Amino acid sequence: MNIIVCVKEIPDPETPASAFAIDEAAMRAIPAKDTPPVISPFDEQAVEAALRLKDSLGAKVTVLSMGASSAEKVLKHTLSMGADEAFLLSDSSFENSDSTSAAYTLAQAIKKVGEYDMIICGRQAGDFDSGQVGSGIAEMLGIPSVTVAKKIETLDGKAKVERVLPDGYEVVEVSLPALITVSNELGEPRYATLKGIMAAAKKTVPVWNAAEIGADVASIGTEGRKTKMLKLFIPVRESKCEFIEGENEEETAVKLAQKLREVKLI
Amino acid sequence: MAEGKGVLIVGEMANGNLAAMTTELLGIGRKLADDLGEELSAVLMGGEVGGMAEEAIKFGADKVYVIESPLLKEYVTDSYVAAMAKLCEEIKPNILLMGQTSMGRDLAPRLAFRLGTGLTTDCLELSIDPDTKLMLQTKPVYGGNALSIVVCEVTRPQMATIRPKSMDPLERNDSRKGEIVAYDAGLDESAIRVKFIEKVEEEVVGVKLEDADVVVVGGRGMGGPEPFAQLEELAKLLGGAVGASRPPCDSGWVPTTWQVGLTGKMVTPTLYIGVALSGASQHLAGCSGSKTMVAINKDPEANIFKVCQFGIVGDFKKVLPPFIDKVKELKKG
Ligand SMILES: Cc1cc2nc3c(=O)[nH]c(=O)nc-3n(C[C@H](O)[C@H](O)[C@H](O)COP(=O)(O)OP(=O)(O)OC[C@H]3O[C@@H](n4cnc5c(N)ncnc54)[C@H](O)[C@@H]3O)c2cc1C
Repeated sequence: MNIIVCVKEIPDPETPASAFAIDEAAMRAIPAKDTPPVISPFDEQAVEAALRLKDSLGAKVTVLSMGASSAEKVLKHTLSMGADEAFLLSDSSFENSDSTSAAYTLAQAIKKVGEYDMIICGRQAGDFDSGQVGSGIAEMLGIPSVTVAKKIETLDGKAKVERVLPDGYEVVEVSLPALITVSNELGEPRYATLKGIMAAAKKTVPVWNAAEIGADVASIGTEGRKTKMLKLFIPVRESKCEFIEGENEEETAVKLAQKLREVKLI
Repeated sequence: MAEGKGVLIVGEMANGNLAAMTTELLGIGRKLADDLGEELSAVLMGGEVGGMAEEAIKFGADKVYVIESPLLKEYVTDSYVAAMAKLCEEIKPNILLMGQTSMGRDLAPRLAFRLGTGLTTDCLELSIDPDTKLMLQTKPVYGGNALSIVVCEVTRPQMATIRPKSMDPLERNDSRKGEIVAYDAGLDESAIRVKFIEKVEEEVVGVKLEDADVVVVGGRGMGGPEPFAQLEELAKLLGGAVGASRPPCDSGWVPTTWQVGLTGKMVTPTLYIGVALSGASQHLAGCSGSKTMVAINKDPEANIFKVCQFGIVGDFKKVLPPFIDKVKELKKG
């Protein structure tokens, strides 16, 4: 089985709000000092989902990322987790993509990779939280999609997928090839082993530019966008927490309960 | 620019009624349609949903398209996308709105790509720019740390999904009149590649988290499943429900359906009590609409204190027992 996983490098989404800053003119986040970018967490789970299938029935796992040259690190990380090969899609003309141009670029690269039974993505990237690229790739390739999966099994050219719902989950069956997006309910991604890290260090990550994936310049980056961002800003939050204080925890706790009674919340 | 006219919203049913989300969509849809001087339509899809059409009119729709088919009984991407694509190609709406619900998250992106148009998911605000007449779409990004304003200039429909509980429904008006159109989507079973097998739903005891008036939420600092019993006791006393930030769900301390936040449930209770959680932006995305927020955290610098109204800096293990006792006493007296 051939599995392709798409991953994105993003500013660390766990950056505390106090350290988060944006460049309003350029309309992008300013990376917080001392917090390097990371693989988008759901994408790491997408790699995990692929590796679980590889463990149970054998598969070749290919990872793709569209991004700056720094995204090579993220791809190396997926190789050290156990992916077989990785390609970086990098070209200045890919910059400033929206979901449409990103899905187009990834779909072009997937066509170049060629063989696939399954494509796995994270349910949404942890920076723009759009949740569109997976479905977009599937539509462009003309294959079915199943989103927010927590479990994937394959059998006779089909995949049986458990999709997360607000009050539980549903089971669906999809013909392969298919695109599946995964959610955190899938479980923790594995750590890279020392052996994995050493093997990854020996592998090269080829870089593909726009011409190499046969991309139409009108469909990539800014040119390929369907949406336009007019503004990016940090909303002002009124902070007016009243700290309840006392001699000890017991007194503080009692005061809080009384306070909530006063304002008729209890 | 592509042609488009009218605002169309996609309705959903909940327990044999119009979902609350749908009334919210009709509320904002009505406003946008009035600002543009265009019509507001709703589409209802399912096995048997026509009975809800009148209801959609009472909540603001001028016209309701009813698409009934056994192939729409359960939500399945292929059949819903096909039905919506056919309808949109025929009526060419200017604006198309859905809820950021389980269905909307799946249907909207795939449909946007099929129609070749732009989509903004999880919007908190929508309005019409008086000059350009474009729909201004306000969407939180970076987990909620920032807001972006987005437009779709060229292609139609302009598509957006809306975060539940971020917009107000209209008052139900029984005298409103509208048109109901039965629409045949001409679905072809052989083109449906995803097959629904079964739904496994957890039984909810007591109040549902998303409907509760009081929500008590525990975070990673709870340290394990046992201390959640205290939160359950507190929630029960206050007639509320218990939720969690993501780590307790991921660690299996509590059911995953308890997760509150960007990728979990949206809660807007009168009272939110957050215990041993830091208040990450992705968590706040699911609860910042609460009327009053209270936090207990041992770290005075925790982000949750920047958004709550009342806070205690301290160890929950020491704070909770006397707090619960006092609440009990107040409830009795
Ligand atoms: C794309 C994306 C989507 C996400 N979606 C969600 C989501 O839907 N919901 C969600 O919750 N998270 C979500 N997250 C995760 C989120 O970023 C945070 O990691 C998470 O909310 C942190 O949970 P926490 O506050 O419980 O844990 P921490 O941030 O680890 O905070 C624990 C807190 O407990 C306090 N504490 C510890 N012990 C005690 C004690 N004894 N007494 C009192 N206080 C104590 C500490 O001071 C600390 O502030 C998402 C992340 C990403 C990237």
